[in-house]
Amino acid sequence: MPDKTLLTRRLLGTTALASAVAAKHLHAQPQVAATRPPAPGNIDVDLDVNGHTHKLSLDPRTTLLDAMRDHLGLTGTKKGCDHGQCGACTVLVNGVRLNSCLSLAASREGDKIVTIEGLAEGDKLHPMQAAFVKADAFQCGFCTPGQICSAVGMVSELQRGVPSSVALDFASKPTGSVEEVRERMSGNICRCAAYPNIVAAIIAASEGTPT
Amino acid sequence: MAHVIGEPIDRIDGHAKVTGKAVYAADAKTQKLAFGAIATATIAYGEITSIDASEARRQPGVLMVMTHENAPEQAPWVPKAEDPFARPKPQLDSKKIQYFGQPVALVVAETFEAAREAAALIQITYLANKGAFDIEAPDREIKDPKTDVVGKPAASKIGDIDTAMRTAAVTVDSTYKTPYQNHNMMEPHASTAEWTGNMLTVRSAVQLVESAHQCIATTLKVPPDQVEVIAEFIGGGFGGKLPVYGDAILAALAARELKRPVKVVLTRQQMFHVTTHRGASIQRVRLAATQDGTLTGIAHESVAQTARADDFVEPIVAPTRSLYAAPNRLTAQQTVVLDLPIPGSMRAPGEAIGLLALEQAIDELAVKLDKDPIELRLKNEPKEDPEKHIPFSTRNLVACLQQGAERFGWNKRSAKPGANKQGQWLVGMGVAAAIRGNILRKAEAKVTMNSATSATVEMDMTDIGTGSYTIFAQIAAEILDIPLEGVTVKLGHSSYPITPGSGGSFGASSCGAALLDACKKLKARLDKHEGPQGLSAMGRVEPGDEYKKFAQFAYGAHFAEVGVDADTGEVRLRRMLGVFDAGRILNAKTARSQMIGGMIWGVSSALFENQEVDTRYGSFVNVDLANYHVPVHADVPAVEAIALKVFDEHANALGSKGVGELGICGAGAAVSNAIYNACGARVREYPITLDKVLPALG
Repeated sequence: MPDKTLLTRRLLGTTALASAVAAKHLHAQPQVAATRPPAPGNIDVDLDVNGHTHKLSLDPRTTLLDAMRDHLGLTGTKKGCDHGQCGACTVLVNGVRLNSCLSLAASREGDKIVTIEGLAEGDKLHPMQAAFVKADAFQCGFCTPGQICSAVGMVSELQRGVPSSVALDFASKPTGSVEEVRERMSGNICRCAAYPNIVAAIIAASEGTPT
Repeated sequence: MAHVIGEPIDRIDGHAKVTGKAVYAADAKTQKLAFGAIATATIAYGEITSIDASEARRQPGVLMVMTHENAPEQAPWVPKAEDPFARPKPQLDSKKIQYFGQPVALVVAETFEAAREAAALIQITYLANKGAFDIEAPDREIKDPKTDVVGKPAASKIGDIDTAMRTAAVTVDSTYKTPYQNHNMMEPHASTAEWTGNMLTVRSAVQLVESAHQCIATTLKVPPDQVEVIAEFIGGGFGGKLPVYGDAILAALAARELKRPVKVVLTRQQMFHVTTHRGASIQRVRLAATQDGTLTGIAHESVAQTARADDFVEPIVAPTRSLYAAPNRLTAQQTVVLDLPIPGSMRAPGEAIGLLALEQAIDELAVKLDKDPIELRLKNEPKEDPEKHIPFSTRNLVACLQQGAERFGWNKRSAKPGANKQGQWLVGMGVAAAIRGNILRKAEAKVTMNSATSATVEMDMTDIGTGSYTIFAQIAAEILDIPLEGVTVKLGHSSYPITPGSGGSFGASSCGAALLDACKKLKARLDKHEGPQGLSAMGRVEPGDEYKKFAQFAYGAHFAEVGVDADTGEVRLRRMLGVFDAGRILNAKTARSQMIGGMIWGVSSALFENQEVDTRYGSFVNVDLANYHVPVHADVPAVEAIALKVFDEHANALGSKGVGELGICGAGAAVSNAIYNACGARVREYPITLDKVLPALG
């Protein structure tokens, strides 16, 4: 006969975890439902995405990613993990790449956000987009918007001389070598493993190779 | 007729994918969309004793909370069916908990934020029973299944392996372990369901549209002609999207109750428990050989996890039945019944982990014989299928090994481990063979002329990143003799002709051959001056005697060079080459991408992937992408794949064999063999992490 034990657990966070947190005198999660604060009301947020300012009324818990996907209809940016671990949601914020799932929409007021939908000029693809097609730098395509935005941001980082951990000399300008590209793109996972083709595309695009 | 099939043409869906216009299941745009969040069980085996959803229901914006207490009636689950993926998949249908992470509630709210918050506020008490979670437990329940997942015998025996082992000049008897693994395709499982009157439309991330169509209709007890499944773009599958999961069923049920569209997406963390995984295995390989390297015996026995909730027998030992000649042979596939989540097919089920063992054992034999591992393989090349005694349709393993050796510079390899030290790195090379069963399934295709220079192809086939859209356009363009740009390919819709979908590397050949048939019929009518506008034809294919008369496999040879840090034992892949016989290649560019991707999966299985079980609670522990390691850019150096020019006339009218899974087969063993060559560490428990390499470094 199986050993039967009556367990009571909350869905998120076991009792053990809750007591460990309490023991550290941090903000222990209340165990009793009645003590929870009421859910917040909406707030007004102005977001500048792809050159257009959008006036939104959002739940303050809304991430930049969900604001774009669920409220602006910009579904090109993908949610792969919602924890900043996969890079599928990478967008450019003031020219710098950012995991949009880790940023609250309300904290991005006044910033200039560019998504995959904002890279091409009409029907003319951004050189990075064209290079991805040419090099077959994707298979399923789900990580692709994040890879491309990340690549565009990374090339700009190289041009600005932002060092990476593979640089032998932090004082000199990074080279844009294959090793640099691989290191700097490692926040963008591609499970189809199109990595060799992605690196080839980035190098082709950054060198201005005709695509 | 222009030559289009096989050409390295850019993906025709490439523009949509690089601009963000490709619509995946969670991207569906619809009015009044509500958002669902699933709550999952925190015990592995037992039952729910109470659910308190009052606080969840009180949250602003919450529209409904569905649990087993109020879920609509659904068709019951059945253990066996001809198409296991079409079986009913009832959700929240009982208080019974069969695995950790099983969906126990659905919250639907006006916003994603409210749904997620409310799902976390549901209070559930459980009665937890003692489950079985450890594949190596002394009291584990071992089963001897009759057949594996594809219906082939789970065991085979020819001659007498025990006598062969006793009398052989040289033997290998090694046991290998492979861990739980997870598909972790980039797109989480997602469904958006909408009812229009009594018509249900589900946009879902599925590999098999017709199976999903049947599953959803049956589960909801709705006639199939009132259900439409759409999967135009799928963000990777790798076998993990063969079944339908709770996202689709719950979205459909909730949408019906609420009379508005509902989207349900699994979180990355939920994917590890809610969806299938690759079961762990323990494999024993025995090899008996004469002093000159002729195999006299070969045995491969495996035990792998199956779930009490649903049986799955991965054909781990299947490749061993056909890869090498030997008079005495034994294969056996057992399962260990555990109360863990349900295992299923993951890229090359069987070969992917079976060859991690077999192809390392062959390397061990080569070391014992002091023989080059390529020569050893060539010496044991069979003239016919060694167990079925029928000819191979095409088999170019020898050419793969020889051409790969030359291109890779195999002659620069020193047979002695540790002989090549470059700075802090011990450098080594390894080789392994690839074999993967070639499958053809029944498929239908429709092609219609829109004008003299344009046509539309329709199939319910999916493109999960494989390049389906593009190769079908190539086939239609070549046979109909129209420009590639004139071909519109419509896939992933349950109203289109039925195909087997994406899985088992059978999609391109099955659907491609059906389309070829349709296009040839249409072309014959066009040549008789019928049409063109509006003229259409249906094509069909199904496996015939050629699959009984010939043993059909795709082949390959992997060559890996690794560096092992002499101090830390860290392993880095330095370069890799695969040479493949996959029959006729339908698009040289997309096929190469699939082969490279498969090879990197093999590297990943050798070095990274491990879904750890907490055997106290029956849960997987490292359930996110920070802790379940898959390769990133920095892990992948120069990897190249080359396809031999082959036409397999027995496979199908196109001459093609499967490509999508071939790359992973044997790739990990090439890495483990390279690690041995680099530093002398023979690690038989995957993944080969540095703690397992260190003892060999002294």
